[in-house]
Amino acid sequence: MQLTVGPNQFFWPEDRWAQLYEDLAETTIDRVVLGELVCSKRLPFYQNRIPEAIARLKAAGKQVVLTSLALVTLKRERKLTAELIEMGVEVEINDLTTLAYLPDNTVFSVGPLVNVYNESTLRWLASRGANRICLPPELPLKSVGILATAGADLGVAIEVWGHGRVPLAISGRCYHARLHGRTKDNCQFACEDDADGLSVRTLDDQPFLAMNGVQTLSDSHACAAHQVGALARAGVAALRLSPQSGDFAQICRLYRQLLEGELNGEAVVTALKALDADLRLSDGFLTGDRGADWSGQRPQAGDI
Amino acid sequence: MTPAAEKVFQVLHPDKTIPIFPALPARALGVMPLAPLSLSLTGLARKIAKTHPGLFRRLGIYDHTRFVLDPTDLPFVICLEPNGGVPRVTVMRGPGVGAARIAGPMAALLGLVHGAYDGDALFFSRDLVIEGDTAAALALRNAVDDAELDLAQDIIGLSGPFARPLQRLVTFVQTRTGVSLTRPESAQAW
Amino acid sequence: MEIVCPAGTPAALRAAVKAGAHTVYCGFADETNARNFPGLNFERAEMREGVAFAHAHGAKVLVAINTFPRAGDEALWHQAVADAEASEADAVILADPGLLDYAKHSHPELRLHLSVQAAAANADVINLYAQSFGVKRVVLPRVLSVQEIAAINAEIEVETEVFVFGGLCVMAEGRCSLSSYATGQSPNMNGACSPASHVEYHDVRGVLDARLGGYTIHRVGKDEPAPYPTLCKGCFSAGGKSGHLFEDPVSLNAEHLIPQLQKAGVTALKIEGRQRSRSYVAQVVRNFRAAVDALELGRPMPEGMLAQLSEGQATTAGAYKKTWR
Repeated sequence: MQLTVGPNQFFWPEDRWAQLYEDLAETTIDRVVLGELVCSKRLPFYQNRIPEAIARLKAAGKQVVLTSLALVTLKRERKLTAELIEMGVEVEINDLTTLAYLPDNTVFSVGPLVNVYNESTLRWLASRGANRICLPPELPLKSVGILATAGADLGVAIEVWGHGRVPLAISGRCYHARLHGRTKDNCQFACEDDADGLSVRTLDDQPFLAMNGVQTLSDSHACAAHQVGALARAGVAALRLSPQSGDFAQICRLYRQLLEGELNGEAVVTALKALDADLRLSDGFLTGDRGADWSGQRPQAGDI
Repeated sequence: MTPAAEKVFQVLHPDKTIPIFPALPARALGVMPLAPLSLSLTGLARKIAKTHPGLFRRLGIYDHTRFVLDPTDLPFVICLEPNGGVPRVTVMRGPGVGAARIAGPMAALLGLVHGAYDGDALFFSRDLVIEGDTAAALALRNAVDDAELDLAQDIIGLSGPFARPLQRLVTFVQTRTGVSLTRPESAQAW
Repeated sequence: MEIVCPAGTPAALRAAVKAGAHTVYCGFADETNARNFPGLNFERAEMREGVAFAHAHGAKVLVAINTFPRAGDEALWHQAVADAEASEADAVILADPGLLDYAKHSHPELRLHLSVQAAAANADVINLYAQSFGVKRVVLPRVLSVQEIAAINAEIEVETEVFVFGGLCVMAEGRCSLSSYATGQSPNMNGACSPASHVEYHDVRGVLDARLGGYTIHRVGKDEPAPYPTLCKGCFSAGGKSGHLFEDPVSLNAEHLIPQLQKAGVTALKIEGRQRSRSYVAQVVRNFRAAVDALELGRPMPEGMLAQLSEGQATTAGAYKKTWR
């Protein structure tokens, strides 16, 4: 199974952003999707570093892919999305709008924010040129298996959300701006202070979600460490890891060791928790009753 | 009634507020024997099950759920067991036991049955309180809303040994309290 | 303008038609539609009767089959499309590209509308849906301002339908997994958001806590309105602040924007609320019918009636005003 690193969902300063890809170039991963997924207003801050990151990753032998925005509404965003293809690298569409701009016979990949729930949609996207699909994170293992089989018949590689805060929703409204009493147009980049999103807690002070500008993520980090065997047997081609602060390259290395059989799931979980003692994990979308569930040992009440 | 609910109510019934059952007749009901009433209401519910089979079908997986309908201005509760379309109704004093409880003034409960009120609006305003299995309570509300019942008509049309007590009760309630047991004209009018 | 009205039950369909609905939308009683709530929706025979009733009174019926078919079980959704056509419905409202593709090829005579669940938020993607599947109308997501709607209509051939009243999704529709994260019930897969089966209320001396999937997201004092605990309208804390961080428990009322929406080229006005009672539906429909009739006749708009029927008793014009974002 391959390891793909998804686009950084958060707003990081440009040097930190560039350092992520510098580190990833030295890490045993196969594929990197980069670019701005969440908010078009962030892009100008690091846009000029993208070509250099692409070149560095390519030189290190990685497949490099550019993501589209997750929600395209404004004229500027449509133009931006139309220009993606001109960068000369494969495009991952995370909003179907992007399809409208791809010339015929363009091969592309599909990201987790496009709703691919069934074989017919997979077939339709394959007929348009899709060669790889990262499935929506909320799909259960059973659907993953059926789609991996359908993908194999059509030559479409199937990828699954493997690690990281789960993108749960995207909105026209910026919650970070709203929290600071600002409008979206005058957000003053309120999201830049939260490298992994801002923790959103319930009235019982239970961590629940993470706010990231127009995006809402899970509080827990999804972790498919206990499912990689089942995913491999289902024919899944790649596991997607989503960038986060801290030693992300080490997280990538742990998953690589898991795929190589050098570590088992439990050892990976233990190592992940050693990196971050407060880490809360979930794998409920794949195998639980709900997304927030975790198949490993549940945290004690005092842990949260 | 809360101010917000009052507004909602006035939209639906510009000239009325939710009547509360007057205390004196309510006390009279407090000493009334409940067994005949239970039997009459069971008869009524079974008749409705025949004339409106869709009502019990609509309950879906909740067609064996025990509901407690709690008219908060009356000294008893009504337990409804749909029993897969062969319903049983038991009127009892005390809180009653069921998977889902819907509590509110009798007139609000009847208004729901007759489509005079919107359940969501009554719930937001807390004139109606749901406890226990919320989904079951919603299923019942939706099923009843679709059935377009007219209890007074159904009661008048009731026959058999247990019809009389219920018909006497209807007359008593309507003349003494102002609580209407009939579907409002507006709901039938074109 | 056409008003498109919700019907969760056959009784609500009849109430909406009698109250003056030009068009009614409804769904089958299963997970094929995005309001798969207990006690709601239509059996096959009820759908046929409902369509016949509406047609007899000059109204149209749209059948929403707007969840995303489950892998391995697509036949259930295909059957729903076939049954909608057999019931002589005027159109089906679909969201899933695979299902649209199926309907286009297997039911070429059937009129297709694009559901709001597809979140088609710009002219380019709308044109893509029109060219790929032949959709005739698009229900626009509730994230667009009136100016943006006008700009979209200038660039597309198909009709647009916009929400004017009822519950307001603050997230892009069809692209939200908050509910399945907290409860396992997904709007996209199961047609249920923040399902009642996972709601618990706890009334402790008048203070009412509402939990969804065990997460406490509402707490109101005695006599305060008690909104349903929909996730995105819950009360949370973040960054030292607490409150309704995503959206207040308000509902949409764009009644006063109807003339502007008409100028923006909108064909149809949609009312949310298939989970509401027939009396609510009749009331809202009567008001909107009066409003569009007044508009056609060049008379002033009647106003003020609807605010009081809304959830939480507060309303917003939502994204139609740009500052909402």
